[in-house]
Amino acid sequence: MKALRHEARAACGFVERNVNLVKRYWVMEVVWLIYSMANALSVTFIGAGMKQISGQDVNVQRLTLYLLIGTLVWQYLSVVFELVSETIQFERWEGTIEYTLMAPISRFTHLFGATLFSLGYGFLQTALILAVVAGFFHLDLSGANLFGAALVLLAASVSFSGLGVVGAILPLLFPERGVQVVFVIQSVLLVVSGVYYPVTVLPHWMQPLSHLSPATYVLQGMREAILDGAPVVALLPAIGRLFLIGAVLLPGGVWLFGRAERFARRTGRLKRSG
Amino acid sequence: MEAQAVTALELRGAHKTFRPIRWPWRRHDPPPAPGESGETGEADGTKRAVDALVDLSLTVQRGQIYGLLGPNGSGKSTLIRVVSTLIIPDRGEVTVFGHDVLREERAVKRLINRVSVEASFFKKLSPMENLLFGARLYGLDGRTARERATTILRRLHLRERSLWEPMEQMSRGMQQKVAIARAFLTQPILLLLDEPTTGLDPRSKREVQALVTELRREHDATVLLTTHDMQEADELCDRVAIIDHGRIVADGTPAELKARVPVEGREATLEEVFMALTGHGLGEPQAAGDEA
Ligand SMILES: Nc1ncnc2c1ncn2[C@@H]1O[C@H](COP(=O)(O)OP(=O)(O)OP(=O)(O)O)[C@@H](O)[C@H]1O
Ligand SMILES: [Mg+2]
Repeated sequence: MKALRHEARAACGFVERNVNLVKRYWVMEVVWLIYSMANALSVTFIGAGMKQISGQDVNVQRLTLYLLIGTLVWQYLSVVFELVSETIQFERWEGTIEYTLMAPISRFTHLFGATLFSLGYGFLQTALILAVVAGFFHLDLSGANLFGAALVLLAASVSFSGLGVVGAILPLLFPERGVQVVFVIQSVLLVVSGVYYPVTVLPHWMQPLSHLSPATYVLQGMREAILDGAPVVALLPAIGRLFLIGAVLLPGGVWLFGRAERFARRTGRLKRSG
Repeated sequence: MEAQAVTALELRGAHKTFRPIRWPWRRHDPPPAPGESGETGEADGTKRAVDALVDLSLTVQRGQIYGLLGPNGSGKSTLIRVVSTLIIPDRGEVTVFGHDVLREERAVKRLINRVSVEASFFKKLSPMENLLFGARLYGLDGRTARERATTILRRLHLRERSLWEPMEQMSRGMQQKVAIARAFLTQPILLLLDEPTTGLDPRSKREVQALVTELRREHDATVLLTTHDMQEADELCDRVAIIDHGRIVADGTPAELKARVPVEGREATLEEVFMALTGHGLGEPQAAGDEA
């Protein structure tokens, strides 16, 4: 019981620290938020302009919503995915990683704390963007299954947390270049997951990759729920897959991180100086 | 009546060689000839294995302040990292109050804390925010952490105001004080201090030394301390070990060590002992980690 409270406190400690960091780096956060909003807006405007671009009649309402779902879901997933590894990267730069790894807490608590923060942060940021973007377009959500969409997003959070933990291994081992590799992985996911288009338009050889990316199932599920108002039952395959991916990636990621940590401790890679 | 001696820290044949990592995707130069080891060959960029600790044994009794002296690159920080579970030794056994650092890692972590030469912090955060984070990892609640942090930092004469300003605005010495507070905050029963007073002004140095003896007195703590300040070692430490090229070349009380080195007409200073035992006389250049 006491041990559990200790771990819970530590997990909160990670969230609290990251919140404090966000406060100190607030200018950067605002800049980033503005950039993300501009990005979401310009993508969504493609939908609004599709009649003029193609010279043909299209369902602008549906296309706009299609793109908006893509850009917002992608925004959320990338934050959840990136932030965990960026947290580790930051600790390596500051040299505090030795102190964090020395502390009497489980690695699960450590990574769970970092993940918890990235989920909350990603959710708030995406909600803010949605609030602003929604003001620019007429969005008709009357036929949408919002509850179903929320379920998909929840399942997506689990699997992307797992992906984030796996990604965090890179900066642990490669403080200089690790996070850059994380960005490369993210870019590949962006292309193969059908963020702005159905994956069926991808060349055949690329399509198997789309099945490997959890983002594909998130986007499909979200679109079915919001665009087509699909009932929860119809969403279950996507939700199930996402939970399954998370159930493998989360514990697997923590385990792998532990292996990487042992390797770093054996080879003396944790220290920065002194 | 003498209290029963309890072993706080024991290293038995601890050995650590740092080898360059051979990533499968990188080309490598042929490995060095057997028996050869040394530092990074700056000129050609090839790395070679370094024996940082050579089958080293050491025992620290509970309540002792144990000093580790040695030239740069002699393995002091490596030894401290091995005890703090940050480096896994190649062989040998290391126990903290009977707990093995590898097999009972968590138990060991609960008992220790460490101050390193460089004060590693989130530089944009204030000392208080940094300390609060540190404290939470050790299961302290916010109020206790804040109270203890304020008390310690006040004792080290850190201005109240700087508690809430970003660490990057503080001088090195001030940051070092916060680093010391971070370790004291959790009241470790084995405190590992790696050059805690390097970079501190004479008064601050005294304050830190007083804090160390106080921690021992009031919390029955044991301290393992490295320093390049011979006077500090002489005054603060019950026992001192001199380490060179990863080996202990001498150990004993400061008085015992001084008696070992004969100087005409007076007692040797610890500095003279250091010079004599590490084999590098004044003016004689010595590179860190030449072949062991
Ligand atoms: N993480 C590491 N990776 C590779 N080599 C290392 C690592 N840490 C230490 N070494 C090497 O091991 C040897 C001992 O280093 P260590 O830092 O323990 O010395 P030290 O006694 O603390 O020196 P100083 O007085 O300068 O702090 C040195 O040759 C150093 O280059
Ligand atoms: Mg050192």
